This record gives sequence, structure tokens and C-alpha cells, in this order.
Amino acid sequence: MVRNKLMLAAAILSGGAFASPAAAQNEQFIPILSYRTGAYAVNGVPYANGVADYYNLVNERDGGINGVKLLVEECETGYATDKGVECYERLKGKGPTGAAFINPLSTGITFALTEKTATDKIPIITMGYGRADSKNGAVFSYNFPLLGTYWSAADIAIQHVAKEVGGFDKLKGKKISLVYHDSPYGKEPIPMLQVLAQKHGFEFAPIPVTHPGVEQKSQWLAIRQNRPDYVLLWGWGVMNGTAVKEAAAVAYPRDRMIGVWWSGAEPDVTPAGDQATGYKALMLQHGAGKFPVHADLEKYVYAKGKGASEPGKVGEVLYNRGMTNAMLGVEAIRKAQEKFGKKPLTGEQVRWGLENLDLSDVRLKELGFEGMLKPIKISCSDHEGAREGRVQQWDGKGWKIISDWYTANLSNTEPLVDEISAKYAADKKIQPRDCSKES
Amino acid sequence: MLYREAGQFRTTYAEDMAIFPIRQDRIALAILLGIAFIGVPLLADFDIWPFGSDYLLRAILLPFLILALAAIGVNILVGYCGQISLGSGAFMAIGAYSAYKLGTGVHIPLASLDFAISIPPLPVLLAILLGGLTAALAGILFGIPSLRIKGLYLAVATLAAQFFFDWVFLRVSWFTNYAPSGSVNAPTLDFFGLNVGTPIERYMLCLIFVTVFAVLAKNLVRGNLGRQWMAIRDMDIAAELIGIRPLYAKLTAFAVSSFIIGVAGALWAFVYLGSWEPLAFSIDRSLQLLFMVIIGGLGSIMGSFVGAAFILILPIMLNLIPTQLGVPLSTETITHLEFIIFGSLICYLLIKEPHGFARLISIGKEKLRLWPFPY
Repeated sequence: MVRNKLMLAAAILSGGAFASPAAAQNEQFIPILSYRTGAYAVNGVPYANGVADYYNLVNERDGGINGVKLLVEECETGYATDKGVECYERLKGKGPTGAAFINPLSTGITFALTEKTATDKIPIITMGYGRADSKNGAVFSYNFPLLGTYWSAADIAIQHVAKEVGGFDKLKGKKISLVYHDSPYGKEPIPMLQVLAQKHGFEFAPIPVTHPGVEQKSQWLAIRQNRPDYVLLWGWGVMNGTAVKEAAAVAYPRDRMIGVWWSGAEPDVTPAGDQATGYKALMLQHGAGKFPVHADLEKYVYAKGKGASEPGKVGEVLYNRGMTNAMLGVEAIRKAQEKFGKKPLTGEQVRWGLENLDLSDVRLKELGFEGMLKPIKISCSDHEGAREGRVQQWDGKGWKIISDWYTANLSNTEPLVDEISAKYAADKKIQPRDCSKES
Repeated sequence: MLYREAGQFRTTYAEDMAIFPIRQDRIALAILLGIAFIGVPLLADFDIWPFGSDYLLRAILLPFLILALAAIGVNILVGYCGQISLGSGAFMAIGAYSAYKLGTGVHIPLASLDFAISIPPLPVLLAILLGGLTAALAGILFGIPSLRIKGLYLAVATLAAQFFFDWVFLRVSWFTNYAPSGSVNAPTLDFFGLNVGTPIERYMLCLIFVTVFAVLAKNLVRGNLGRQWMAIRDMDIAAELIGIRPLYAKLTAFAVSSFIIGVAGALWAFVYLGSWEPLAFSIDRSLQLLFMVIIGGLGSIMGSFVGAAFILILPIMLNLIPTQLGVPLSTETITHLEFIIFGSLICYLLIKEPHGFARLISIGKEKLRLWPFPY
């Protein structure tokens, strides 16, 4: 008996695990790497819900992209790099043509996958995160840090600080600290901030917080001693809420803290309660709120009971970001279909779609993203496309937009992008593409 | 009948001392090695499912081989010599980062002497082995406290190594060649002009490493040194009384173990991840390796393999089954279920068989010897 049971279990294990996918032929496979568990789950869950809901919407409302249905599968990474690599290997070959693109949702996983995706010819979309030097599409053929890199974010943050203190010339002698998650994610902005510190003459102090970020007492004691004029926060998950609470504990004014766009969502401030009032954060263009696309979601997805999120959480910052992320990928596939035909496409073809992606105001309005995003145009040499952001402030109940649009200054970021990406190309013996010859 | 040893006579000392004195064991091992060395590449080459897919090679076999190698290292220290270590992740990191430094070229400017030490980039194979050597040196250094403290206290001392090296590789940017994000890229894997790029080539590379080190480790633990380690593990005072020098025995155990763990770390970084950050070698990795050894069987080379397979592959399987059976479960439910099932399985296993899988396998072997006439 026992042996039979064991045999059965073994059969399920071996057969079930490697069963070749029996997919319909007219489907485009899109993997979702997400984390709904672990230390970063509070932020990972709304994001993953937004992604899942938007793909669902495209299927329910339009029947897919020009008749090609989207086939999605989620894989839990728990923000661990090795699990992310495992998920990528598991999902990259599924569907009739393999994965269209991949969103790792972790800077660490992005680093580990950068070389693999280039070999496998699968675009890696890192919207608002990932490696900042991958803006240079000539070297990083398959990386797409759409809508903004951390270097753009750092530049925008300093622009806002300059505006608050009354001009760039007033930055001289000011003290700006960066409280960051001690991982590639948190370290990315440091070289840019060092360049800016040199240029504008402010004192810059990076203050690391170890993973996952719940222990920051000593860091904030150092801030209390040093009294920087501004604190930039580069945190994620539980680290953000903790930082806001610790700032309150050492009486550091919250309105002089500016979080990056990953530190500016509802789960980052609600745990701190009233203590979070006044806290500011950058916006990756969009913020919280509902737009025409949300009405479609309500009608085609939530009315049918197919929504991934609690209805009350639709329209939160990270939910909207997940949706935006999914939308950009879908539009890239749509663009690529213009050239390669209305059929499931390979990763290489979708990359063409991404490099020729051009979302005008008109197109954004058609998509229901009017007011949420600004036009974005990607090219072979510029994989970032747009580098704009605003600043929002938490008033205790919701996020209020308190600034105009800032555009990151290319003359600040570009030399660094060129330098670091050239070094990467030399290390990896990559011959940069000649973008003038790409069609 | 299957496992009858009658008629297998040993007539020389060499035969008596062979690693596998029983013919059936030798045949089984030959078949296993044949499958690993010839079967898998052939199946992959002919694209025979599931070996044709990158997934099995790159996401399961590759990490399995590398972690099994690391588990052998941990087993030498914990299983054979009885020195509990929670610093295995740190030694993996030392192997990885020093191999990275040696593989990309070392440059130490000595400003005060107006002189710089420069080593040109070494061949990757050499860098990996030297990475292991560096880890061995660090292992000896952190093994010194083991002369005075034992058991849990030593575990805490090695934990210090773990946190210390986590900190070093995060903070000292010299180790990461001043990479702005602190994440480093392994140099391309060139061996004697041959690029090891495809999954099957990477698999073969790791397989060769694992086989060589497993054989070496097996011989080591059977020999003089291994017996010293085991004597220290079983009762250090008695060992000392019969003339074993604890200093020598303990430090060699730390050195050999760290060397193997260091090589595994370099392989993990160079061959599996390709690009990594200190978090890849965090305390979680140390605990994972320790669990592998405990589940697999303390003091057993084979147990290291079985333990690695259990700890690494079972969660992946538990994760895959609901999807494959078409059960609509959300990923977080699956992950939580995975934790519950995995945890209960470990508890059950350790209650039923505290000596791990290795003991279960040897019981099976005993039964096969008597089969079909049990008593």
C-alpha cells in the first residue's frame, strides 16, 4: 500500500512537473514575476494585481491583441534573486512562441537576468527600476527601463529640493542624506547623486539600511545628530513604513523627506498613521486615482468577478503602476504586430515593437490613460523613453500632487550612462549597435 | 537476491580498502555516472523531453550540483568533524568574490610606497580554484575559535563570520571593482579558449567539479585525516588522549570544508547566477546548507547529494504541482502551502529518521542484502 502510494506520488511529481505545455496556437505568452509573500509583499501584492487585471482586461474587452489572446502565468519570486532566475527559466519557453518579455520587478533579478535575456532574445522591461545605464539601447539591446531610471529619479529629486530651497545656487552647503536599501536597488542612485553633489556643491551622505529594512534605529540616530536639510528615501516594502516611523521618532520633519517612486504608495505611509503626514515622494508620472481605463476594468473584469484585487484597492499607486507596466508591454506587442503580422510573436520581434513604441497623447486617450501618463517614445538608442516626474505629498488621507512636471536633465545623466555602459560593453565584449542603421 | 555479496572475495588489501568494495555498489555508481556524464548530454542533444528544455538543466540540475558540492563542504565540517557552522554562506561569498577579483585582475595601489601590486586577470578555472583557496584561508582564520569553544557557542562565532563578510562585500567597494550598484558581473567562462556558455556545457563543468570533489572528499574522510575528524567529533578529549592533535584536526576540517564551499560559491556566482550581490550569500543560504546536511545525513557524502535534492527540488515541485494539475490556486496560497508542507515534511522526517536520508538508504541496502529472507 505504502509503496503504491509512493509510486503514485512519484509519478505525479515527475510527470506533473515537466509536462510539456499544451498551448493553443493563437496565444501570446506573458510571464508575470511577482511576490505576494515575504518582506516586500505589502508593495508586491497591489502591483501584481494591477498587472494581472490589465492583461485580463485586454482579453475580456478586446479578445486579446488583434485577436491574439494573452496567456499569462504568475511565478512567485519572494524578491530572491535565485528564485527569480528559476522562475525565468521555468516560464521563458512557454506558449507557442515563448515569453514575449519579462518584468522581473526586482533590481537584483534584473542584474542576474540581463545577460541571460540577451542570449535568449527576450526583452526585459524594468519600468522605473533596473539598471540605469541600460538606457543605452546600443549596448543593452534587450533592457528597457521605461519611463525613468534611478538616475533620472535622483536628478528630479534634486531639482525639487532646489526649487524648495529657492534655486540651484542655494543648494551650496546644504546637507542631503540618502537612506537606502542596501542592495543594487538602493545603491543605483548613489553615483548620480555624487555627480550632482559635486555640481551643485551640496554635501551628500549615503546611509545604508540592511535588507529587509525593519532595523533602522542607528541610521536615524545618525540623522538626528547630523541634521541633514533633506533626506532622500530609497526603500521598498516594510522598509518605507519603518523609515517614516523612525523619522517621527527622532523628530525629523517628514516634509523634508522625499521618497523615490517606490517609496510613495499607500502601504508605505498608512502603517505610520498620522506620523506620515507631510511625507513627500516622487511620482513615476502617474499617482493614485481613477481614470477612464478603470471604468473599463470595472465593467469588463470586476463586474464579472474576475478581478485580482479587492475592489477598494483599485486605483492605488502601485496598482496603477502595475497596470501601466502591463499596458506598455501590450502596446509593444501591438506595435510589433504591425510589422510581423497578427500572430503570436517571439521575444526578438517584441523587442522591435518596444524600440519603435510611440504613445502619443491621442493614443493614450484611446487607451484610457489620459492624464495618467505623458507621451512616451522609445528608440534604439534611448530605451528609457520618458524621464518625467512630479512630487506628491501625503496629507494623512491621500496623496496630493504638489509640484509641476520635472524633466530629468539629460546633460547630468547622459555622461554617466555613457561611461558605465561603455565599461559594461568592454567587460562583456559587446560591440555596441549602430543605432542609425536600425529600422 | 538483488544484493547478494556471496562469492565476492577480496584477496588483496587494495581490494579490501576500495571505496566501493561491493560489486553492486560499483555497478550502480557506474550507471549513475554514465547517466550523468553521457546520458543527460545525449538526451539534451537529441532534444528528448524533458532534458531538451533549458529549464531542467539551468534551473534544477545546475543549482542542485552546485549546492550539493557546497553541502559536501558543510558536511565535512559539521557532519564529520562536529563543528557546527552557520557561516557557510560567507565562505561561499568569499569564494565567489575572490574568484571574481582574480578573474578580473587585482590592483592594489600602495600609495605610501609609490608602488602597486597588479595581477592580470587569471584564467577563470584558476580563479575559481584560487577562490576556494582564499575561502580555505578565511576558514582557518575563523576556525581558530573552535579550539576553545564548541557546539552552539561555535555556531555563534561562525555566525559572526557570516555577518562580517556580508558587511565587507557590501561596504568595501574594492571587492566589487567599484560597481556603482554593488552588483557584479562574472567574467565570461572561457576555459582554454573554450567558451562555456550553453546550459549543457555549464552542466558538464559543474558535474566534473562535483564528481572530482566528491571522490576526493570521500577518500579524505576514509583516510587518516577523516578518522581524526570523526574522533574529534565523537569525543574530543578521548581523541586527544589517543594522540590526535585537536588544533591540526579542527583546522584542517575548516580548511578543507571552506575550500569546497568556496569553490561551490564561485560556481554559484559564475555559472549559475552570472551576476550577483551579497544577498545571494546571506544567512538564508547558510541555513539552507545546514538543513541539507541535517536532512541528508550528517557524516555522509552521499547524504549531501540527497539533502541538496530534497531542500532545493522539493519546494519547486510543490510549487509546480498545483499549476500542472490545473488547480486554480493563487501564487501566494501555493507559496504558503509550500512552506507548510515543506516544514511538516522536515519535522516528520527528523522524528522518523533523525539521521537523515543517508540512514534510510543504508537501511534499504541492509534489507536488500537479506531479501527475500528478512528476519
